[in-house]
Amino acid sequence: MGTRTVIPFGPQHPVLPEPVHLDLVMEDERIVDAIPSLGYVHRGLEKLAAKKDFNDMVFVSERICGICSFIHSLAYSTAIETIMKVEVPERAQYLRVMWAEMSRVHSHLLWLGLAADALGYESLFMHSWRVREKVLDVIEETSGGRVIFGTCKIGGVRRDVEPAVLEKTLKELETIEFECSEIVHVFAGDPSVHRRVAGVGVLSKDDAYALGAVGPTLRASGVNWDARKLGYAAYGKLEWEPVVETGCDILARVLVRAKEIFQSIKLIRQAIQKMPAGPVEVRVTGNPSGETITRVEQPRGELVYHIQANGTKNLARFRVRTPTFANIPPLVKMLPGCELADVPIIVLSIDPCISCTER
Amino acid sequence: MSDEQSIELVERNQLPGKTAELKAGGWRIVQISSVPVADGQEITYSFDKEYRLKSLRTTVPDADPVLPTITGAYFAAFTYENELQDLLGLKVQGLPLDFKGNFYRKAMNAPLASAKPDGKAG
Repeated sequence: MGTRTVIPFGPQHPVLPEPVHLDLVMEDERIVDAIPSLGYVHRGLEKLAAKKDFNDMVFVSERICGICSFIHSLAYSTAIETIMKVEVPERAQYLRVMWAEMSRVHSHLLWLGLAADALGYESLFMHSWRVREKVLDVIEETSGGRVIFGTCKIGGVRRDVEPAVLEKTLKELETIEFECSEIVHVFAGDPSVHRRVAGVGVLSKDDAYALGAVGPTLRASGVNWDARKLGYAAYGKLEWEPVVETGCDILARVLVRAKEIFQSIKLIRQAIQKMPAGPVEVRVTGNPSGETITRVEQPRGELVYHIQANGTKNLARFRVRTPTFANIPPLVKMLPGCELADVPIIVLSIDPCISCTER
Repeated sequence: MSDEQSIELVERNQLPGKTAELKAGGWRIVQISSVPVADGQEITYSFDKEYRLKSLRTTVPDADPVLPTITGAYFAAFTYENELQDLLGLKVQGLPLDFKGNFYRKAMNAPLASAKPDGKAG
């Protein structure tokens, strides 16, 4: 056994847009152990729920994350609607799918850009983010916002989308799909990308499941699990299957996210085409009383909202378990045996969202 | 596919054995969460198998805020159990990776321990 050295990785590091820390125990250039630390920007939003009206918490939950903002508000609204037994209008359910999948497309393009940047592939980074801007334009056209959509509410959605705008969205999706195919072609086929990520950051199928991995990190290890299969919003009425890869390495995570972009575009198309006419919200009165554990699929994986309400305007408990939090033990498992130079891209491969985790 | 959920009430000392059974049965850990009750905290351990959600629930009194670790069955629980220590002020016995209250950097100790349903400080 060689001399062991502990190298701190983070909380500030070029590959980390947000602070997280790892103590890397090294033998020469090889990692033998990794110990994570969190909490540099913890905001205590769960405690805020004890003071805020449960209706206002829709806005708080949407601000937990700047990337999957809409999906947080969707999860929270779905949880309260489950407790209050609210029947959400069908059109609102399809609109929720449309916006959730737009979030997934822009999140995955953002991640592909960051991954390209970490690989030193600057032009691919810029192309990924150029296409992402087009997705943000579509989000702005349909919701009025680019980061915070502000459309989800308890009982439905806050605004409808005109048929002409939906038609325009379908046309825009054709362009976005074509341009994504050009980017994904590079990720899937470029030998320099393959040499950098194939066989790196391996997480076996058994480890992924046993350690509670979620999202693309879980599916890239060969486990067929996607919270959208629970059928919330209108997912139960659409034709789709989870994207699963069996490589168990970073390349497999790249491929899962790349394929999910096209899957999301198909889901948006289906949602628009199957969307019935009708109201987009129902009036909800009274205070919730009861409990639910609601699960939805964020771009990074399964998001859990545990809500307990006691009949007052304040919730007894507002608990959010984010996908990045669940993916920390799998990340710790991926690192031992790897080279120090591989750490940044391995950390990036779980698509860490610290602002979610530090809710 | 529906979101089928069930909750089983257990005693604290049953947790290691019950979670070992779930692990052997192929259940994936989903989350550990808490709800404040009059004289303590209700801790909920959730697991998934083929889209079914099963939860174990136990109550920890404020007078004796101690829980056994379930990391023997689910190593990934160390993050949740450190969270219980940091945010609720509970003591998890047997934690293999114990941050001793420093998993989160926070302005006050055990901030969620005081979030009682009657609005009174705990």
